[in-house]
Amino acid sequence: MVENVKELLKAHAGITHEVYLDNENSTIVPQEVVDAMLPYYNQRAYGNPTLTHKPGWEAFETIMSSAQKISGFVGAKILEELTFTPSETEANNLALMGSAFANKNKGKKIVISEIEPINVLHVTELLRKFGFTTTKIPVDNEGFIDLEKLKETVDKETSVVSIAAVNNELGTIQPIKEASSIVKDRNPDAVFHTDASDAYGRIPLNVRDLKVDLATVSSYKILGPRGIGALYTREGVNVDKILEGQIGTQKLWPGIENTPLIVGFARASELAFQNFEINVNRMRKLRNELVDGIFAELSEVKLNGPEGDKRAPDNANISFMRCEGEALTIELSLNGVYVSSGSACSRRLLQPSHVLVAIGRKFSEAHGSILMKTTRYHTEEDITYVLKVLPNAVKRLRGIVGSTGVD
Amino acid sequence: MSRVPLPYNPKILDLFRNPKNLGPMEDATVTAVAGNPACGDMITFYLKISEQEIVERASFESYGCAANIATSSIVTEMIKGLSLEATWKDITWKRVTEEVGGLPSVKFHCGVLAVGALKRAIRKYYEQKGSAPSWLPQDLTFEEKQALEEEELAKTLSKRLKSEAEK
Repeated sequence: MVENVKELLKAHAGITHEVYLDNENSTIVPQEVVDAMLPYYNQRAYGNPTLTHKPGWEAFETIMSSAQKISGFVGAKILEELTFTPSETEANNLALMGSAFANKNKGKKIVISEIEPINVLHVTELLRKFGFTTTKIPVDNEGFIDLEKLKETVDKETSVVSIAAVNNELGTIQPIKEASSIVKDRNPDAVFHTDASDAYGRIPLNVRDLKVDLATVSSYKILGPRGIGALYTREGVNVDKILEGQIGTQKLWPGIENTPLIVGFARASELAFQNFEINVNRMRKLRNELVDGIFAELSEVKLNGPEGDKRAPDNANISFMRCEGEALTIELSLNGVYVSSGSACSRRLLQPSHVLVAIGRKFSEAHGSILMKTTRYHTEEDITYVLKVLPNAVKRLRGIVGSTGVD
Repeated sequence: MSRVPLPYNPKILDLFRNPKNLGPMEDATVTAVAGNPACGDMITFYLKISEQEIVERASFESYGCAANIATSSIVTEMIKGLSLEATWKDITWKRVTEEVGGLPSVKFHCGVLAVGALKRAIRKYYEQKGSAPSWLPQDLTFEEKQALEEEELAKTLSKRLKSEAEK
């Protein structure tokens, strides 16, 4: 198997230009972030932050000042409201499970949207085993949640509501402030969580302004290292810890904190926010050129998610009809353009993304979808190159499909 | 459950990049389709069959992944010059899988679907002719059943999703 992968890599030998757009699934970590992290592996603050010696105190001080920075960027009141977790996945697990368990005497009904990320969706399925029920709020064909339905659904039994601030696949910016006020109106005891991983660094975000109880942010979604995320927990909100282990500096997550990753997360946040407007405008400009260029070159394409300022600035999700997504990712890779497809092959059927199905896309439209995200590190040349390669790739694959892929 | 990147071998990659016998055939004796776009897999075979019931030429069109394209392409090469009887008996999904140098297990169904489409084409040829040879079984073969099941599964799923959406 590994031999085959080596051969696949060799097939990429002639590539002249590479553009990485699969920033939904992993990203580069810029050198300045890596540089910030490196000293914390062996030069300073390598101690356990709970222990009484210099490297331990250094670690404690480093973790707290990193937490201070990130707390500031999300709008937390005090740094203790932030819990570092190994990633967005753990933060969402902690938010859902931790608040469901802590508030189980108040109600066992969980409310989420139909298009929540897998690490929320699957946690609610797990919670079913503990007697919790889940109600999913539908979304319209651009991915916006139905606020009327939310109002009807949230009741005295509702203990947790989770709606992502920006949908990771569609870039849809949800009306979180309205949603949280509806929830609190209906039931002041219900805990409101938002996965803000795709909002952080892309749209203005302030947890106090949005009036949310819990919010997830993730390092790798802002070009920080993988393996670190955080959950904001508003002071006074009850959340149980969900893992047991050695007691660290944090109440809600056990184990010894990973100082270099926390430093990387904080540094990546600083870089994203220090020129926020410039960064966001750059992402948006390049994203628009990418989408507009694709629509100018190709017919039978559909944008998934909203247009304009209700869409995150980096997100481009496009369905190419009569073109299967996995084949397209390979064809593009062989030409140096790296993207991901909205469907994953299971044993018998291609499984379409639940998000694309929820906004009413047909299976075949979901199968031909490609998700791309621009970053501030992309250049005009990158987009020009993608617009040279991508239409040809789609045309070649449509040539193989012929009249076959029409349903 | 876990996921690995699909480790396609060099032969599949080559057939994906340079498929053989691609495109419709105007003078095809018989045409057959298996799968549908909702499954993410769909294959059309065009066969030119001689009076002696030899496959003179075969071509294909395919909506699907690299494995789907590669297996379809190799089938058109494997059956060229074979009698319909030999085609029916010798071309199984396992042989097709071997011929492309092996497939990742999640992609076995691509080979199965290609052979399902091929067997449908042969049945259709005899239906058009109005008589069937003794070697052609009445019952559907494994590959034909699987193709049918895959199509049914996709229909059921689409319906279920539609009814959920309407709720």
